[in-house]
Amino acid sequence: MLRIKNINTYYGKLHALKNISLHVGAGEIVALIGANGAGKTTILNTISAVTPPSNGEIHFEGSAIHNLSPDVIVRRGISQVPEGRQIFKPLSVEDNLELGAYLRYRSHEKRKEIQQDKETVYVLFPQLLERRAQLAGTLSGGEQQMLAIGRALMAKPKLLLLDEPAMGLAPMLVQEIFRVIEELRSRRGTSVLLVEQNARVALKVADRGYVLETGKVILEETASELLANKDVQRAYLGKDKKEIWER
Amino acid sequence: MKIWDTKHECMPREELEQLQLERLQATLNRAYKNVAFYRKMFHESNIIPEDMQALSGLARIPFTTKEDLRLNYPYGMFAVPLREVVRVHSSSGTTEKSVVVGYTKNDIKAWTNLVARVMTAAGVTRDDMVQITFSYGLYTGAFGFHYGAEAIGASVIPTGTGNTDKQIMIMQDYKTTALVSTPTYAVTLSDRMEKLNVNPKGLSLRVGLFGGEPLSETMRTEIEARLGITATDNYGLSEIIGPGVAGECEHRCGMHIFEDAFIPEIIDPLTGTPLPAGNVGELVLTSLTKEAFPMIRYRTGDLTSLEFAPCKCGRTMVRMNKTMGRSDDMLIIKGVNVFPSQIRTVLTAIVGTEPHYEIVIDRKGAQDCMEIHIEAAEGIFFDEMKMQKAFLEMVEKKIRSVIGLSATVKLVAPNTVTLKEGKSGLVIDRRTM
Repeated sequence: MLRIKNINTYYGKLHALKNISLHVGAGEIVALIGANGAGKTTILNTISAVTPPSNGEIHFEGSAIHNLSPDVIVRRGISQVPEGRQIFKPLSVEDNLELGAYLRYRSHEKRKEIQQDKETVYVLFPQLLERRAQLAGTLSGGEQQMLAIGRALMAKPKLLLLDEPAMGLAPMLVQEIFRVIEELRSRRGTSVLLVEQNARVALKVADRGYVLETGKVILEETASELLANKDVQRAYLGKDKKEIWER
Repeated sequence: MKIWDTKHECMPREELEQLQLERLQATLNRAYKNVAFYRKMFHESNIIPEDMQALSGLARIPFTTKEDLRLNYPYGMFAVPLREVVRVHSSSGTTEKSVVVGYTKNDIKAWTNLVARVMTAAGVTRDDMVQITFSYGLYTGAFGFHYGAEAIGASVIPTGTGNTDKQIMIMQDYKTTALVSTPTYAVTLSDRMEKLNVNPKGLSLRVGLFGGEPLSETMRTEIEARLGITATDNYGLSEIIGPGVAGECEHRCGMHIFEDAFIPEIIDPLTGTPLPAGNVGELVLTSLTKEAFPMIRYRTGDLTSLEFAPCKCGRTMVRMNKTMGRSDDMLIIKGVNVFPSQIRTVLTAIVGTEPHYEIVIDRKGAQDCMEIHIEAAEGIFFDEMKMQKAFLEMVEKKIRSVIGLSATVKLVAPNTVTLKEGKSGLVIDRRTM
């Protein structure tokens, strides 16, 4: 479904992504793991054309998207949930969701459809329904994350790019968020490319994963293999060398 | 016939190439980071591993040879600390120090699945009783097939080597259906059965998987006829992983190389240049998923050719033909590459069994010439001069058509041909003497 070949992305002179190749199959959940600054978020931003690649190819459903602008990419079916949620705090929950359907909003026939899509998001996240009129800035961290995901879903994506959805959330809420991610896949067949510091949680829901280091992919394996990989355990799962010895 | 891993074994070519590229890039980055040998190799040849943009770029990387592995004995080529290695095997190096290979937990799992693919393609199912007659030791064969068979759900009888009478008794009583052995041992078993008056057709045996030595077509026919089984061929080597590199499907048109785990290349053994598909040359393999012991462009020394045309079984994986010998055995006569095994095949096909013969290469003036001396025996020796001449001419013609080079075929008296360790077919190269 998504196929990336040899993308290179620069921030000024900084070579952030070095010949990255990866793919996400239809209905697949793929995790990107790696330390801070490894290039995980840059990959998502490169796909959504927020920071376009300087060279390389990105194909989505068979056609090239690496020269398209962010709005066209959203129209093609790729939505990004940015790190730190980036919701519109002075607006209500409802307005935030409607902004997610911005591309469809101008045509009148679509309004009804948008109404229905909002209902679906409320089914997925009942908390948002209770707070539909509340200002987004007054929501808790977990609710804001739900809103950010809900807003992305309003564009009816086939591929969801999720950046650190578990950041700063209590364990209960993390579970809730990941339950929804799995549900999206099983109910709608949505593919997910997921960036997560909390590699353990991410690898529990993911099918496969890529390990990044300083802008390069150093490992591609199934999620269960990555969980068993000692390098990954040590570096990203918080298991120390010492701890392994002691046990 | 079933396929063990349809997702990978039948992957469309385009998807496969994407996966190969991703895994190749990750393997190169990992090897560069963790193995001093590869880091040095990349530095010396001025290659930055992360610059690899296409599968074809692999050709720029130098080869890894058995000599490199020996120089890095025992653990120099490992890409993970020993603490993460859960198994160590060693290659069947006959002389000197053999090569040590290691596996992480994930490597063992991947290996198991690769062998399960080979065995499933050969027709082994969960209902089989698999008798493994390889040595359970440092070599990869026994453990590889053992784990593969268990993954399929078959019942493993790990008899190990030797004690032929007991092997036969177990075969009868435990109702073995699949035999894993060397081709030679399969012949030994049927010889012994004949002596013991055991009818092999009365056993439950139905499939055989062979390893350790090449399974020639003559041997395959003999084993199939005498044991009443389907004999399938597979390919593997410890340096790469053990068994599980390639295996034959029911159509028997070469062995499918599992390209999601290994990239095969065929090179000219002399120049090292990659050869176009279909040409015979040395097989070079690059591992794509191995954690503990990644191999980049390893020269297997085995001569074969690749067939990319789709196979009827549905697998999209390329097929390698039966190995035609070792690249170190290759002769160059009048600038033509000649493999002694080609001559063996021709002679065996004509005579019906392998005759006693030797190949003599000499230089007359500036010209190379080749003579083949065959010992007189029944079916080769004729009373009538005319018939004798016609026979030799027929052999010469056949050899010329196969190797593209003319050879003089001479009939010699019995017991005059030089044998090496009881084997005929010795090459005597007088050009260098």
